[in-house]
Amino acid sequence: MPEKLQQLVDTFQMFDPADRTNLLLSYADQFKDVPPAIARRPFPTSHQVPQCESDAYVWAMKKPDGTLQLYFAVENPSGVSAKALAAILDKTLSGLPASEIASVNCDIVEKIFRQNISMGKGMGLMAMVQAVAALARAAANP
Amino acid sequence: MATPIEQRGYAHPEVLVSTDWVEQHLEDPKVRLIESNEDTLLYASGHVPGAVHVDWTSDLNDQIRRDYVSREAFESLMSRIGAARETTVVFYGDKNNWWACYAFWVFQLFGHTNAKVMDGGRVKWLKENRPLSRDVPSYPRTQYKASERNDAPIRAYREDVLAHLKKQGQLVDVRSPEEYSGARMHMPDYPNEGALRGGHIPGAKSIPWAKAINPDDGTFKPAAELKKLYCEDNKLAPNGETIAYCRIGERSSHTWFALTYLLGFDKVRNYDGSWTEWGNLVAVPIEK
Repeated sequence: MPEKLQQLVDTFQMFDPADRTNLLLSYADQFKDVPPAIARRPFPTSHQVPQCESDAYVWAMKKPDGTLQLYFAVENPSGVSAKALAAILDKTLSGLPASEIASVNCDIVEKIFRQNISMGKGMGLMAMVQAVAALARAAANP
Repeated sequence: MATPIEQRGYAHPEVLVSTDWVEQHLEDPKVRLIESNEDTLLYASGHVPGAVHVDWTSDLNDQIRRDYVSREAFESLMSRIGAARETTVVFYGDKNNWWACYAFWVFQLFGHTNAKVMDGGRVKWLKENRPLSRDVPSYPRTQYKASERNDAPIRAYREDVLAHLKKQGQLVDVRSPEEYSGARMHMPDYPNEGALRGGHIPGAKSIPWAKAINPDDGTFKPAAELKKLYCEDNKLAPNGETIAYCRIGERSSHTWFALTYLLGFDKVRNYDGSWTEWGNLVAVPIEK
């Protein structure tokens, strides 16, 4: 797992439920929508995360140095968890080589959210991670 | 804009309150607002000022057995949220009050009848740009004395469903049409939580729970529209005994609420074992 993401996962593992909730919220608050230069509404369904009821979209733009910049949109205003995960993935993975991002595994969702994962949410959040990994794989092996 | 609650022709309009009513009672010490969501992060991300959080898994369900909390645990919950027997509890939440109705139903197992639901739930409150707070309120603990849990009037166990089937009683399957038909064994986009067989209980009418809701603002439809849906289109008789079910009894508590309070059905029970039990039982009848 990429180092920054591993460090954050370790931090989440150490926190008690109340602190974990606050940390997740602080990431959700840092969420930034995909800029218009990258995509405009209505977003293409090719970038939509399947199984995510928060209506999430993801983009991965390759820079000249071979690293990736991730962008997200979360259309459901109640999609707090999706926004938190999007911000976490952006802050820990953007700027890394595509091949490194491609190694991300969706089991981080359970490690990060723990008791904050609910029935339907887990599937959608794992699908977000899988979508990021799939875009990275495609960028790494064009 | 939704028709005022008192003009919608409900049998028991007093169980619903509007977002206006709630905003006018934010400081009312006789009222305790309770947010219940599927998404446990939502309350922390901002809630109606003064509202407490009741989590459907940790606060309402027994942590070992598949059952609801004991009387002692319910008393402890009520003491923690500072509610007395005479406190009016008002539930609201995400997903069109699906979890709010579930919490409301569990509270009725303990006889806390002084309970209401905020029509439209979180989505309406947000759409109207009403105030939200991240402050978690603290209320003086109470010495709440609950009644012994009384399941029989509103909760059906599998034996009750089998007996109901023999009498050809009314059954309502509130899951999605795909779950009802057996094409899938879980909600779209949700994990399969372990039913070995797909389909529905024989004779059950397929009436997805969210049909009782106006999708724009999450409010309940007026009684005339609900009557058409349940009584005319699906031939349910208000004076007949009715059992509603879904996957684990959460969506069906929403339908239980609509049939019992909005349409005034005489006897409605929620089969919370629902499809995760029925779809795994040996030798019970199933239709596809």
